[in-house]
Amino acid sequence: MKQMTVSTTINGDVVEFLCEPDETLLDVLRNRLNLTGSKEGCGTGDCGACSVTLDGRLVCSCLVLGAEVNGREIGTIEGVADGDTLHPLQSKFLEHAALQCGICTPGILVAAKSLLERNPDPTETEVRYWLAGNLCRCTGYDKIIRAVLDTAAEMRGA
Amino acid sequence: MPLDNNNRVFKSVGTSPLRPDGLDKVTGRARFGADATASGMLWGRIVRSPHAHARIRSIDTSKAEALPGVKAVVTRADFATGLDGDIGDILENVMASEKALYQGHAVAAVAATSPSIARKAAKLIVVDYEVLPHVTDVDEAMKPDAPVLNEKIFTEGLAEKPTKPSNVVKRIEIGHGDVEKGFAAADVIIEHSFRTEATHQGYIEPHACLASAGPDGQGELWCCTQGHFMVRDTCAQLLGMDVSKLRVTASEIGGGFGGKTTVFIEPTALALSRKANRPVKIVMPREEVFVASGPTASSSIDIKIGATKDGRITAADAVLRYQGGAFPGSPVEMGAMTAFACYELEHVRCIGFEVVTNRPKAAAYRAPGAPMSAFAVESVIAELAEKLNIDPIELRLKNAVKEGSRSSYGPVFGPIGLIETLEAAKAHPHYSAPLGPNQGRGVASGFWFNFGGQTCTSLNVNIDGTVTLSVGTPDIGGSRASMCLMAAEELGIPYESVRTIIADTSSLGYNDVTDGSRVTFASGLATIAAARNAIKVLCERAAKMWGIPADAVIWEEGYAKPAGANAGEFEPLSLADIAKVAGNTGGPIAGHHEVNIETAGPSFATHIVDAEVDPETGRTQITRYTVVQDAGKAVHRAYVEGQFQGGAVQGIGWVLNECYIYGEDGVLQNAGFLDYRIPVASDLPMIDTVIVEVPNPGHPYGVRGVGETSIVPPLAAVANAVSAAAGVRLTELPMSPPRILVALEER
Repeated sequence: MKQMTVSTTINGDVVEFLCEPDETLLDVLRNRLNLTGSKEGCGTGDCGACSVTLDGRLVCSCLVLGAEVNGREIGTIEGVADGDTLHPLQSKFLEHAALQCGICTPGILVAAKSLLERNPDPTETEVRYWLAGNLCRCTGYDKIIRAVLDTAAEMRGA
Repeated sequence: MPLDNNNRVFKSVGTSPLRPDGLDKVTGRARFGADATASGMLWGRIVRSPHAHARIRSIDTSKAEALPGVKAVVTRADFATGLDGDIGDILENVMASEKALYQGHAVAAVAATSPSIARKAAKLIVVDYEVLPHVTDVDEAMKPDAPVLNEKIFTEGLAEKPTKPSNVVKRIEIGHGDVEKGFAAADVIIEHSFRTEATHQGYIEPHACLASAGPDGQGELWCCTQGHFMVRDTCAQLLGMDVSKLRVTASEIGGGFGGKTTVFIEPTALALSRKANRPVKIVMPREEVFVASGPTASSSIDIKIGATKDGRITAADAVLRYQGGAFPGSPVEMGAMTAFACYELEHVRCIGFEVVTNRPKAAAYRAPGAPMSAFAVESVIAELAEKLNIDPIELRLKNAVKEGSRSSYGPVFGPIGLIETLEAAKAHPHYSAPLGPNQGRGVASGFWFNFGGQTCTSLNVNIDGTVTLSVGTPDIGGSRASMCLMAAEELGIPYESVRTIIADTSSLGYNDVTDGSRVTFASGLATIAAARNAIKVLCERAAKMWGIPADAVIWEEGYAKPAGANAGEFEPLSLADIAKVAGNTGGPIAGHHEVNIETAGPSFATHIVDAEVDPETGRTQITRYTVVQDAGKAVHRAYVEGQFQGGAVQGIGWVLNECYIYGEDGVLQNAGFLDYRIPVASDLPMIDTVIVEVPNPGHPYGVRGVGETSIVPPLAAVANAVSAAAGVRLTELPMSPPRILVALEER
């Protein structure tokens, strides 16, 4: 298959890559760009472990083709911290022990960040529904929900 | 090492510091199974049987081999020969020889230069199958006319050896007393049959590995596993390699819950790598995780319990039928041993049947075998409480095992905490909170043995006064933090001064798998012992520095101090002071400990659940949940709570949604997270926790395992809540909306 040239911005950096027309964005990130923070849990958009933002919108990168992202902006877990300063969500996840094995954590952080950008004061129910597409098998979600709510409160200066 | 004492005041242990591997995990830096690459790496793909039961007449790999980019194709002929028993079954499961025993059974594999070429090549492998009749249901498989999977299986444990092969691998029986006599003394007898479906551990990370084997007979393997020493030993046997020539490194592991305690793809990746002489990576697609890894057993259970009017149980009897998939190894024995373990019984009997079916070979899943039998027993206990009009916690307290009780499976219990969990549950505000319309409350208790096992740790004191601890048990949910806490506690240094790493198989002695809730208990015990050995050396070095006898030095809160006749004579030396000059006093300072721990600390839990059933749709919402569990000693409190919460939610999924659904063709109908639906955040309330601490005398700090007990009570607790809300006793899992609607109509 003939490879395509794609030009994009990932976590603020201009990135060009070659990919095959049937290759997913997740495969490109992981296998071509060595951005392995996004995880493949299902490959069918059911688990959310590969969550990234595409032009600011939360998507499962396993459901997006690499060829589709030409000229667009992608945000991954690798860009959530600002240099060596963790995003408040990352700090709160550590503080609340809101991760156990950690495989779903990158996707959940990207999704939660996307929520707080839209809704800085979500209710518990709103957090639960927003994160309903991100499966976690370890924690029972309790500490994750608390960490997100606590981050929201802190970011609002409450 | 006996319990230090019950009143020890801990400085580090019992707190909840940030986990040492946390930063890597919140930034995406942590490297899990699928995150490793190697130069020249190929991609492996496994060819799997589309049939539930079929004879393999021939396999033609020529077209695949001819495809450009394909570098190796392997079949069973590329593995060791002459293996039998358990290891033979593992090989047969990894790569079929004469028969495919379930849909998804591996029959061949390819390695190619890209994932897409590997996928294409896999499709070009032509397998000629003779399709055979199949059976996937445990009760059907036990019938005399059922299709037989394995002509070599003659039921063991019967009075007379059968003359015909069958799918019943064995019959077991445990118990004591005379159940008939016990039932004769009962005022009330309750009898029910129950069914549970197979569930999958549902770890989010699919199995993945990167293998490299060279013509010199040496190999390296990177993989996500609960036990890399087990992987090394098993792969070496399956490939006919020397154990010493295979070095296995455990990646970060993205969940396991028992499902990563065996090998599936690792030997195949090694075989492909050996043939291609290049590194090979295999990552299981999610669909393959469902059809070709190891879910838990489905079960069919009969329970009979008799009691006097005042609630004393006089006899308890169970028949358990568990299917283990296509190979022996169902957890029926542990189901039988745990069924009545919460109760002090004069007359008790559990009969278990282990059955093979045309399903993937069952693997461990968190307290293997126990949740199903506890579901059945605790459902009957709830009904007994209703019938006798006794509060369900009171009824349990009346019959609860305590220190000195003879367990239903034989041994006499030491100090245990069931009564403490029941008392704490009774006193919890949840237990007396009012219920709304269509809501019901359920309670259940549960037990798990926990496990010790072979453990080896090494603690090295660095010249700057920090410590590096090597353990051989993969960190599946935060155990590095608990190891750091225990090492810091013992040495009297800050938590932050200890770094725990998971050593590869060439760098440490053998360690059993991370299972049986053993890591914080056993690796923790070994860590404490290793620290004490290092302290001995530290004291010797201090003595040398002071020029006094070694036995005149004691270690207190991170300092060597002169004692006895020399007390107060010298300024105390810190660990850092001694480490700094170690090169002048005898060289590196380390402590090691190697042990096979025969005992463990059994633990108990009691869960309270409120459920609301929608009479229109049959949908159940869990509205409140409280876990009360004995941890012995909670080393890292937040992660102990996390284990409680995670186990409870897996149990909720098992009761309400999750199950393997087979079509008449023996093909799994729901091999994806869309149709096999594990609980999502919006399905759940917060999960309250109460940590009970009844110290385990078998551990210096009193630790018991905590990971598994938490999934034993929830099946029954939720079932009891749903049954109370629906006004009808439900006996079959999952309690999905259609099933609840039928029950409501038949009420």
